[in-house]
Amino acid sequence: MSLLALFTSDLVDIWTIVLVLVVIATLAIFLGIGRILKRQPESKFDPAIVRNFNKRVTSWMTICIVLLVALLMNKIVTVVLFGLVSFWALREFITMTPTRRGDHRTLFWVFLGFTPLQYVLVAYNQYEYYTIVIPVYASLFIPARIAFTSDHKRFLERTAKIQFGLLICVYALSHAAALLNLDLLTWDSRDKAWEPWTGKPAGLLFFFIVIVQVSDMFHFVWDRLFGRHVIAATVNSTKTWEGLIGAACCTAVFGTLIQLVFYNVTPFTWYGAGLMSLLISAMASSGSMTMSAIKRDRGVTEYGTLVTGHVGVLDRIDSVCFAAPIFFHVTRILMTAH
Amino acid sequence: MKQITVPVLVAVAKILSGATVRWVDCEPDSCQRVYFANHTSHLDALVLWSSLPKSIRNLTRPVAASDYWDGGPVRRYMASVFNALLIDRKKVRVHNSPIDIMLAEIGNTHSLIVFPEGGRNPTGELQEFKSGLFYLAKKRPDLELMPVYIDNVNRVMPKGEYLPVPLLSCISIGAPVWLESGEGKTEFLERARQAVLKLRNR
Repeated sequence: MSLLALFTSDLVDIWTIVLVLVVIATLAIFLGIGRILKRQPESKFDPAIVRNFNKRVTSWMTICIVLLVALLMNKIVTVVLFGLVSFWALREFITMTPTRRGDHRTLFWVFLGFTPLQYVLVAYNQYEYYTIVIPVYASLFIPARIAFTSDHKRFLERTAKIQFGLLICVYALSHAAALLNLDLLTWDSRDKAWEPWTGKPAGLLFFFIVIVQVSDMFHFVWDRLFGRHVIAATVNSTKTWEGLIGAACCTAVFGTLIQLVFYNVTPFTWYGAGLMSLLISAMASSGSMTMSAIKRDRGVTEYGTLVTGHVGVLDRIDSVCFAAPIFFHVTRILMTAH
Repeated sequence: MKQITVPVLVAVAKILSGATVRWVDCEPDSCQRVYFANHTSHLDALVLWSSLPKSIRNLTRPVAASDYWDGGPVRRYMASVFNALLIDRKKVRVHNSPIDIMLAEIGNTHSLIVFPEGGRNPTGELQEFKSGLFYLAKKRPDLELMPVYIDNVNRVMPKGEYLPVPLLSCISIGAPVWLESGEGKTEFLERARQAVLKLRNR
């Protein structure tokens, strides 16, 4: 029992640990498969796909391990971790987007003012502030600060770019960390009443991250195997309607299974977990489509290749960013007392 | 004191500029070299110097303008930390040639970082090179002249700003250029300039 206490905290309970370990073990098997595929002759498998697969599995593995370590430490460490990811993603986004000399001081405040502020508010659970500080105050500050520099060239375009970057990379992603703040209820089907949830919030966060990644994976597999009708060829030539719908359905089944197997990992009922997974998958697909559109507009295929040698954080988290605020709010509306 | 400030300064420069270093068709080497780069920001010298491997960094001295780096105790201290070779741009005379000072200072061990445009250009376009690079090559034909293209540091800290924005930048170092026998000053400087420009698109 004391050994168990060593590995559990206010955030993490045994169900979460088991889930994380199962995910890491699965990824380890995938890594092994990737190694074997890499050694196969090129005629059998497309080496580009194998490389892509290996790259993705490695980055998921890193995400899982880093997240597990952070969650085991405490909430602040986890929030800081998400903050750093946001910071890096915003860097990539703004680096890719042409800004003008007049935007310099605005960008300074965006990077070193609003980004840390958002995460401080999340860490201290200031719900009424972290939901409005970027969409209201930053949105008004950015155009005003640019206007004060007396450079009006492409004013709306520049303002929109900075606002969008901040909204996606910082505001949206911070809602994943904010999941740790929720005081959740769960539906007791025997008593037919809402009861306080006995699980730990890290389970919910980890469930969310796993579902997004699994949805990405299903999307990829469905596109390759059954993809016929491309959604928007000019934006992304590989994403198909079959992939989108197939991924959503498979993810829903997967989410249901997770909830059934890892009993108290989320406060949802099994069908609740399924529906939430469906929602997450749909948002994740919208996220990758949107980011593809931006990348196409800027003429790059991956954010990572902007500056050689960088991993391309934004490539990995685009779907998380889009799903996080929706998942957060739906969970908050349905599963908390307010 | 410098044992602490140097790693701190190097770490800050690396984090702020998020610089990736690419050695294109060449390798880091401790032989005597002159790194010549485009100049768009006060951070250029610091970022380029920080991105060199430690053993090479210790042997490399950025050439900087004393009118900026002598202005105030902080800048002066920074310049001494990265072992800058300060040149007074206003006192360039025949008997006080910066080239002779540079060559005397580097001896047979050190390398140099120079910005042959002579100043920072706010537009980001590469200007004509000043002749210093040509005379360096002429007087010391054994020096390897390494073209360097510094990308995006001007957005991290543009001319006239004092607060940096931590964007991602990239430093590309290319294959060395030598002075060909009988090559004139203008041809050589243009060829060196083209070597820097070529790195922009690679």
